[in-house]
Amino acid sequence: MVSFVMNKLYCSHNMLNKIILSAIYCFLSFCFLEISLMPAHAKDYDYINISNPFLKKTPVAVTRFKAFNGHNSEVEDGRTAKDILTKALDFTGYLKTMNSAAFLSNPAESGIQTGQINFSDWTGIGAELLITGEIIETQGRVKLKLRFFDTFKAELLVGKIYTGPRSQIRKMIHLFCSEISYKLTGKWGIFDSQIAFISTVKGKKEVFVCDFDGHNIEQITTHKSICLSPSLSFDRKWLAYVSYAKGNPQIFIKNIREKRGFTTNNKGMNISPAWMPGQLKLAAALSFSGDQEIYLLTLKGEIIKRVTKSWGIDVSPGFSPDGKKIVFTSKRTGTPQIHIKDIESKRVQRMTFKGLNNTSAVWSPDGKKIAYVGIEKNSINIFVMDIDLKMPVQLTMNAGDNEDPSWSPDGSMLVFTSNRNGGISRIFVMNASGSDQRQLLRLEGRQSQPDWSMSKNIKN
Amino acid sequence: MKKRVWINLVMAVLVAGLFLTVSCAKKTVVSDATTIEDQEKIQAEAKAKAKAKAKAKAAEERIAQQNLEDQMVKEKALKEAKMQAAKSEFENQDIHFKYDSSKLSSMAKMMLKEKSAWLKENYSASVIIEGHCDNRGTTEYNLALGERRASTVKAYLINLGVSAARLNTISYGEEQPLDSRQTEEAFTKNRRAHFAID
Repeated sequence: MVSFVMNKLYCSHNMLNKIILSAIYCFLSFCFLEISLMPAHAKDYDYINISNPFLKKTPVAVTRFKAFNGHNSEVEDGRTAKDILTKALDFTGYLKTMNSAAFLSNPAESGIQTGQINFSDWTGIGAELLITGEIIETQGRVKLKLRFFDTFKAELLVGKIYTGPRSQIRKMIHLFCSEISYKLTGKWGIFDSQIAFISTVKGKKEVFVCDFDGHNIEQITTHKSICLSPSLSFDRKWLAYVSYAKGNPQIFIKNIREKRGFTTNNKGMNISPAWMPGQLKLAAALSFSGDQEIYLLTLKGEIIKRVTKSWGIDVSPGFSPDGKKIVFTSKRTGTPQIHIKDIESKRVQRMTFKGLNNTSAVWSPDGKKIAYVGIEKNSINIFVMDIDLKMPVQLTMNAGDNEDPSWSPDGSMLVFTSNRNGGISRIFVMNASGSDQRQLLRLEGRQSQPDWSMSKNIKN
Repeated sequence: MKKRVWINLVMAVLVAGLFLTVSCAKKTVVSDATTIEDQEKIQAEAKAKAKAKAKAKAAEERIAQQNLEDQMVKEKALKEAKMQAAKSEFENQDIHFKYDSSKLSSMAKMMLKEKSAWLKENYSASVIIEGHCDNRGTTEYNLALGERRASTVKAYLINLGVSAARLNTISYGEEQPLDSRQTEEAFTKNRRAHFAID
């Protein structure tokens, strides 16, 4: 994947062994996508518990990047890199970058390594974390040296060198952010994730994909029909969605880069595809039998087995992180409510009891919660529920209609659709606790049904 | 000899008579010529009259024919308009539903009986029953609900004797609202089963 990335080890003699381990590990993970090997020092990662709803954001100081040669384009790229880094850290629900006007020292001049930093300058202004950077640019190639410190412990937490063409600065910064995330939360985070969504093009709904922060928007389909319910596979190579291009709604399963794919060919309705974590299998609602039921499908859209057996509406399946259970919407009790079914034991449990219309549930990546849509008095809002406690917590209120929740791969955030601004539906994000609700991207037309890609690694 | 005289006498009388006859005949011939002339005139007049009459008659017939044709066209148009009206009524009168429901109201059942009558009259037509929803629900749930609405309507028509082969269903969920305002009136309009002739 990222062959241009080279990890070298430098500085910090007392952490030599740790760094060697993590450098080798990171090199492996970037080259072979083999993130599943958990490093030996996993236990000291719990700086921040991102599932804590009362989480206070940790202040982090990002200093100006040192330009090694000092020529204009190097200085400019250094500024760009720092800007990308700041925005990425602020995007998270647990970090807050500090205003550089408060800084007492400038490591770009005084030195960016552990021994050259006066940590009391940083603890003194309340910076718990510090990032220094250096950029070396020669013949269009960029080398970024990035260091991440715990200021109170006066300790280097992560140090990395990335090299590559100038066009890859954004990618390099986000790789470093993933390292920071892993160090702080034990999860690789959101920085290499993507969001698939629907947007109208000349009034027709098409599927789009963008980066976690709304950058690099790309139109994937051109059916000029109705496209709905996009879902990205765990490896992000496959996109499943519903389209009316062939008349009745069918599920299209498309390899995004190789321009090939499969389509279901059943009568009736073939809707709401959802990928299984870690596997190229899908759950979807099909009605060819005359009744809407949830089925497991292969990558080619062939039926593996029927999951639900109940007359009436069964729709919108979502997998548990281990792929063993399915959360879905069923009208079996008279009103649409969220249910969970164990695929093996076939045991069904009703989850929602409050309200007459609860739909579109999605399972949190840690397996402990579900987010769903509840409708009361014509007002559509997003709720979260602890699976064991079954107590609904309302995350959106008094701000238009809010639907289509989807968890970030680390479970720290939710992406959703809201029409709070002038009744036009747009993609929004918020922290898992409901804080910091803001519009993700600006695009012509109307956007809906965002699907945040899941972690490439089942354990994350 | 005497006999010969008589014969001559008779001959003379005959010749004289012949002469007389000839002169008389000549007179008649003259007067006959004028009669013939008159008759020709009369005949020509009569002919012309007959011709005019025939022409008038033809015109009359033609007008009558035209009127008849006009009448037929008119009647046909009327009939077609009536059929068109019935067809557009069939297509445009939607079956409406309550919120989050696919149950048929008594009004809906009455309308479906009318629709089944039309379907029986127009036995060659096959239709698509489209299920639609208001947007007070999630996209996927509404697709499912729209399909329920369409299939409930289809089942009711089958019960009324319409062949299932002529009835296709499709759900558009909340994708094609008739009225995109966010009012109860708009929501009511949008919760519908719509008939489209295939």
